[in-house]
Amino acid sequence: MTSRVRPHLSYNEPLLFERSSPGKVAYQLPELDVPPVDPKEALGPSNVREAIDDFPEVSEVEVIRHYTRLSAWNYAIDFGMYPLGSCTMKYNPRVNELVARLEGLAWAHPYQPESLAQGAMEVMARLEAALAEITGMDAVTLQPAAGAQGELTALLMMRALLERRGNPRKKILIPDSAHGTNPASAATAGYAVENIKSNEAGMLDVAALEQHVNEDVAALMLTNPNTLGIFEEQIERVAEILHAKGALLYMDGANMNALMGIARPGDFGVDALHLNLHKTFSTPHGGGGPGAGPVAVKRELEPFLPVPRLKRTGKKWAYDYRRKDSIGRVRAFYGNFGVLVRALAYILAHGGPGLRNVTLDAVLNANYIRRKLEPHFDLPYPSPAMHEVVFSDARQAVHDVHTGEIAKRLIDYGFHPYTVSFPLIVRGAMMIEPTETETKHELDRFIQAMIDIAGEAEQDSEIVRNAPHATRTSRVDEVAAARKPVLRWKPA
Amino acid sequence: MRYLPKSDSDRREMLDAIGADSLEALFAHLPASVRLNRPLDLPSGISEYEIVRYFRERAAQNADDYSCFLGAGVYRHFRPVLVDTVVSRGEFLTSYTPYQAEISQGTLTTIFEFQTMICQLTGMEVANASMYDGSTAMAEAAMMAVRITRKNRVLVARSVHPEYREVLRTYAKNQEMPVEEFGYAAEMGTLDLAELERQLSGPPTAAVIVQSPNFFGIVEPVQQAAELAHRAGALLVAVFTEAVSLGILHPPEDVDIVAGELQSFALTPSYGGPYAGIIATKERFVRQMPGRLVGETIDADGNRAFCLTLATREQHIRREKATSNICTNQALLALMASVFMAVYGKQGLRELALQNLAKAHYLAGRLQPRFCGKFFNEFTVRMEGKSPDAVNRALLRQRIIGGLPLGRFYPELADSLLLCATEMSRREEMDQLAEAIQ
Amino acid sequence: MYPENLRYSKEHEWVRLEDDTATIGITDHAQEELGDIVYVDLPKAGTTVEQGKALGTVESVKAVSEIFSPVTGEVLEINPALADAPEKLNEDPHGEAWLLKVRLKGAPPLDQLMTAAEYESFIGEEKK
Repeated sequence: MTSRVRPHLSYNEPLLFERSSPGKVAYQLPELDVPPVDPKEALGPSNVREAIDDFPEVSEVEVIRHYTRLSAWNYAIDFGMYPLGSCTMKYNPRVNELVARLEGLAWAHPYQPESLAQGAMEVMARLEAALAEITGMDAVTLQPAAGAQGELTALLMMRALLERRGNPRKKILIPDSAHGTNPASAATAGYAVENIKSNEAGMLDVAALEQHVNEDVAALMLTNPNTLGIFEEQIERVAEILHAKGALLYMDGANMNALMGIARPGDFGVDALHLNLHKTFSTPHGGGGPGAGPVAVKRELEPFLPVPRLKRTGKKWAYDYRRKDSIGRVRAFYGNFGVLVRALAYILAHGGPGLRNVTLDAVLNANYIRRKLEPHFDLPYPSPAMHEVVFSDARQAVHDVHTGEIAKRLIDYGFHPYTVSFPLIVRGAMMIEPTETETKHELDRFIQAMIDIAGEAEQDSEIVRNAPHATRTSRVDEVAAARKPVLRWKPA
Repeated sequence: MRYLPKSDSDRREMLDAIGADSLEALFAHLPASVRLNRPLDLPSGISEYEIVRYFRERAAQNADDYSCFLGAGVYRHFRPVLVDTVVSRGEFLTSYTPYQAEISQGTLTTIFEFQTMICQLTGMEVANASMYDGSTAMAEAAMMAVRITRKNRVLVARSVHPEYREVLRTYAKNQEMPVEEFGYAAEMGTLDLAELERQLSGPPTAAVIVQSPNFFGIVEPVQQAAELAHRAGALLVAVFTEAVSLGILHPPEDVDIVAGELQSFALTPSYGGPYAGIIATKERFVRQMPGRLVGETIDADGNRAFCLTLATREQHIRREKATSNICTNQALLALMASVFMAVYGKQGLRELALQNLAKAHYLAGRLQPRFCGKFFNEFTVRMEGKSPDAVNRALLRQRIIGGLPLGRFYPELADSLLLCATEMSRREEMDQLAEAIQ
Repeated sequence: MYPENLRYSKEHEWVRLEDDTATIGITDHAQEELGDIVYVDLPKAGTTVEQGKALGTVESVKAVSEIFSPVTGEVLEINPALADAPEKLNEDPHGEAWLLKVRLKGAPPLDQLMTAAEYESFIGEEKK
């Protein structure tokens, strides 16, 4: 038996608005050193608002207590393991936080003169070069704000290239195991989506692909390793089939943690891919963002990259806005610079050989879990695993215990649930990605917890079905939330 | 390596358990032709000390200790110390998207409070948990209006941030969503209502997009624009880039969708990002709204609890039919903005806005604003007989970063600078700037 | 379980035919598969629905399913009770929680609809 978690102080904390009372403040502004201005005169009487109803009025110490108490209601990577498949929840080095806050970087204004932004531009140029080397691609844009925006950016560029060749085409092919952002991005780029089935090995069905690819197909969006954690061994053949028909190969780089220093998308036929810096390159998730989704492309897509582009003129960096084939901007300014700083700090810390070691350990951890849990859980696809492994709840389902419930029970053992019910092609999927930053001890604890839960599913299934039991909040009624949405606080 | 927490003997034991000879053996199934047969061409890893030194050197190459009068969508406001204190907590910094409500009540509660404060500020009924930034929020708001009205043409004021308009065009291009612009009045610097009215008499329009205060810092006649839009069956999308202005400016009442940027609320300029955008709207449009939403509910014991809700709008469920391809939100930045709003609160946000107003009007009093419209903390000045670039170069010698030369975005304003003053602009700095410009 | 006076489609909708009016709903099997229903999106009165085409959607917390129209015609009325109480679809799918009424255009496609007995054996097959 592995030890479960034990309760600790957990305060009942009201909402900010419920803590407020008139006249309390947590701020002090400096004395105004210029004459005050009558707002009604300066802005026009009808444009001036009265006090904002019900806006918070709290003191400084209450602000700290409020957020500290709320923070204690969260799970986080600093507490323990997040075996969330496809999400690559790894340790976030703190030096990255420090350097991103250095005044010269954090307070740089995007419109400050290029001559006074050389340090920031150098950071971006160095990151672009590093990502190009890691992926084996020719050029990188750092502008996209997140993975999904990276997908959209790349699709718009591919569309522009195909248009240049005479026909933008109509369809994007997407395997049934893909992330939901893939079809949504394709639709935003103006394409219809056609799904392709996976084969028994959990890989893209190459024969089916051959039938689907024709003059209407713009590209295939493929995740590699795919969402089953399986490397698409026919990837070169896949690229050949597409290219022979004038179509392109897009790779969702969400799982790049499995490939660094081992294999490069640019070397196996990929035309464009996005990276998730908040996955592979360890920038913190922050409860749901910010991320960054750089896109790396082959040379023939380079003219279509978003503006501006960094260029070297003599000893200085400058921006090139005059690129007639560019798809334009996908967001204001240059990208999530603060996230880029953290990612570069991570790459510098590991270095080239170190990034390869990241991948080695990530794949080692996933295979270790797979071997240890295989006797206890159904493994629907026996192909070799890379950085993650997907089990199913088939053996527990006979006791009427399902993946979502096993996941919730993990919480009582001090773990975040794994990814539940994804990919869609596995019924009762349990998708586990440990990442490289877990100790053997933590992995052993996780494995033992899973084995214990499998035992509970047979002998004491109620305890699993009603989990979690150790949290301050018991099972949350998501149905009631959706039927009668309450999306903001209102005074009683 | 310090981020890899295993010893070689750990690895050996694990490999034995797996039945593999070496780490390399775990990759034996990869076709040889896809393998990289050389080390990555990147230098070896460096220590924490060297990392700090490298970035200190980069930071030193950037402007350091300059007075700065740039605004134009990114504003320099003081960040209360509590902001970093709160967001540096690992419980917030290193947590995942709060899909597992039972262990994410901290993040969920802060987002619920955030949504509430955005509604209070904007006068809207619902707000989402944040978007990438203001520019993408505006593009998403336009697409949302297209879904609601089932029309496709979008009219956007030229006084909206030029980079936001560029983003809108990129998004619109392949969605059969024609984007047309209407101008601004040459003297006032406000949007040209007559031109808007003319354009609205053309093909059916889904949305009219205006920004207030606009790119020139001027308060727009949003209410009149809304009336014209509604008469033509279009929605009015109101954009803001300077959130501090909401401390004093009345949110327009007849707006259908608000799309804004919260950078001013304690997000460092950070050379352009990450920031946090928002979309707020009326309750009846909520199912067409993109982005994550948190709702109130109860747990199995009947206690108040929060969870992500109305997720069927989103890509992970509706896939190609989703309201947007957006997956992430900017949770940590929304949290910074929340702490900022909690610290300033009801009195403070108003006082902060009044200080910005006073500073900008003091500076404007020493220069001659080009437009006569009412402005908040930014205004445009024409350079008499000198090019804006030459003026800026001269200012740099006095360690002052001047304004934004407008010629890049508005050829007709090539003789003008856009200047911004905030509560952080000191009187001596402003005097120095004014003297240097004159 | 499945009322004799209704006809059933392969997409798990039911129809009740009275003169030229068809009342449409989803079957008990459909609500069971969907789980807790939280929202229903239906067309406005006056719009046209076409047999075999999607006329709207039903949503659970984590899924969206299209409702395919079993008949062709003009929407007369949608069930006003469902907007505030979508849970009725789980509680009484064949009765109180009808979705909409349609004025038929042409004859109802009886050859493509099943009787209660046929539908029961159809879902029995599907389960296997």
